[in-house]
Amino acid sequence: MNSRQKILYFVTLHRTGLWVTMLSLGLLLYPLLQDNPYTLGLSNLVAIYAIVVLGLNLFIGYAGQISLGHAAFFGLGAYGSAIGTVTMGWPAWPTMAGVALLVAMVALVIGIPTLRLSGHYLAMATLGCNSVFHTIVLQWDEVTGGPSGFAGIPPLTLGSFAFDDEVRFHYLVWTFAMISLLLCLNLVRSGVGRGLAALAGDETAAAALGVNIRASKVKVFVLSAVLASLAGSLFAHCYTYISPDSFGIFVSTDLVIMVVVGGMGSIWGSLFGATLITLLPEWMDIFEAYKDFVHGGILVLVLMFLPQGLVSGLMDMYKTRRALRRSRHATS
Amino acid sequence: MLHLKAISKQFGGLPALTDVSFSVPRGQITALIGPNGAGKSTLINCITGVLTPSSGSISLGVHEISTLPAHAIARLGVACTFQNLKLFDRLSVLDNVLTGLNNDAGNSWIMALLRLPALRHRERQLKLRALQALDSFGLSAKADWPAAVLAYGDKKRLELARATVSQPQLILLDEPVAGLNATETQGVEQQLRRLRQEGQTLLLVEHDMELVMGLADQVVVLDSGCVIACGTPQEVQCNPRVLEAYLGSMEATT
Repeated sequence: MNSRQKILYFVTLHRTGLWVTMLSLGLLLYPLLQDNPYTLGLSNLVAIYAIVVLGLNLFIGYAGQISLGHAAFFGLGAYGSAIGTVTMGWPAWPTMAGVALLVAMVALVIGIPTLRLSGHYLAMATLGCNSVFHTIVLQWDEVTGGPSGFAGIPPLTLGSFAFDDEVRFHYLVWTFAMISLLLCLNLVRSGVGRGLAALAGDETAAAALGVNIRASKVKVFVLSAVLASLAGSLFAHCYTYISPDSFGIFVSTDLVIMVVVGGMGSIWGSLFGATLITLLPEWMDIFEAYKDFVHGGILVLVLMFLPQGLVSGLMDMYKTRRALRRSRHATS
Repeated sequence: MLHLKAISKQFGGLPALTDVSFSVPRGQITALIGPNGAGKSTLINCITGVLTPSSGSISLGVHEISTLPAHAIARLGVACTFQNLKLFDRLSVLDNVLTGLNNDAGNSWIMALLRLPALRHRERQLKLRALQALDSFGLSAKADWPAAVLAYGDKKRLELARATVSQPQLILLDEPVAGLNATETQGVEQQLRRLRQEGQTLLLVEHDMELVMGLADQVVVLDSGCVIACGTPQEVQCNPRVLEAYLGSMEATT
């Protein structure tokens, strides 16, 4: 092996780690280049949604299930943190962890019966859970503030350092997002991840290979709910104000659109999907009022032409082309 | 090795299997044959745990497996291939084989999420084993192809590779040569011989009589959910009940 081949080998062997490092460096330097608080606020929102979408993509894209209720877990995290820190006066970080634990329990209790369902039935069941959550938040105004929302949530602090402006929050929320990204990348490159992919491919075959189907589904559901809850807590502390509108069923469908557009079963696609769908209305001011139309249109187009999503669909196409080209080479 | 004792299975009162008993000896090839609708697939599904038998017992070594769920049976070392291919189309050929090593890959989520050094080391070893398996089935040049792109014959071999890579105690093969041409069938036959030489135990469901008679150490014949014959290929071939099941009753033809 000469040195060039050695470098190439190193790069291919550690490509995932190198991509993560490069992205982290870029994010580290980003506030130096971009100090417009509005733009930074947007990229922070991207990070928050990215955390939810990463978890949701494990559940939808990898394990092949469907959830139209993840905004409820997102909202549970947000309202949990809000009520814990403001009403109860608990410190923010332990509250965040405690709420995540609570959401894990809730997901377990919901997941065990509902994950026996599949397809449309699972979609309806999760949608129902989200509706229930939305109604409770809306009606129980002495605790949640009802339709007027919940204000005055304190920012997160580390010692005397408060994450109270966009730049500081940028570092906090992207740290969370990158850790989530790393965890998800690790998970899918292990036996557990292959088990989930097998589950999505064919349940009988997965079981015949030793994958405990029911337990795996529940575990991945709980993991995605915990990520959504953490993102929700960050959301509450970032905006200091939350209202039921941020956690309705349309947010859930937007999350699913992020997964689908980015790419089913592609961890990097999750980042792409979250970015694209969050920024789209900003890029096209005239579409602001017709946001839902544009989202719907994108979803229809992607599902018609690249049902695996943009990133995974294009990757699959590329791999197939390459394989076919090589087999033609081999025969000629 | 595998002992079936008085297995019965009814679907809503309709009997699919009645009192099926036989044994699969270790290190040999047992073939399960029978006309269409004889209950072969039901029996295989009972062994793999997709279905639970209505009565009777199935024991693998010292374990009673008739009531276990499918994944628990798989973890005891029962692997299978499917009549209609069940590959994971979106995974690469290599990853498909790696799913066959799922029992050795560990199922600790914490370890997987953190990707601890021990896990990295194990992943490398598993990858090596998977590549060796691909090599012995002549698929190593296509390791990074998506499984969906493979030709039908390659898919059949890939499924064999996935089922055998973990060196399970018992391999169930549901029609491994269905739809293959003569050359490909011969290739599979050689692979099966190699597996027997390596000491693997195989239970084979197959319609290709030439393959069955040339390969099997023991043949079990099912008809209408009952075992009507069990013995060496020669014994079974001259058994009048078998001829009747396959060719129709003798009286009718005379």
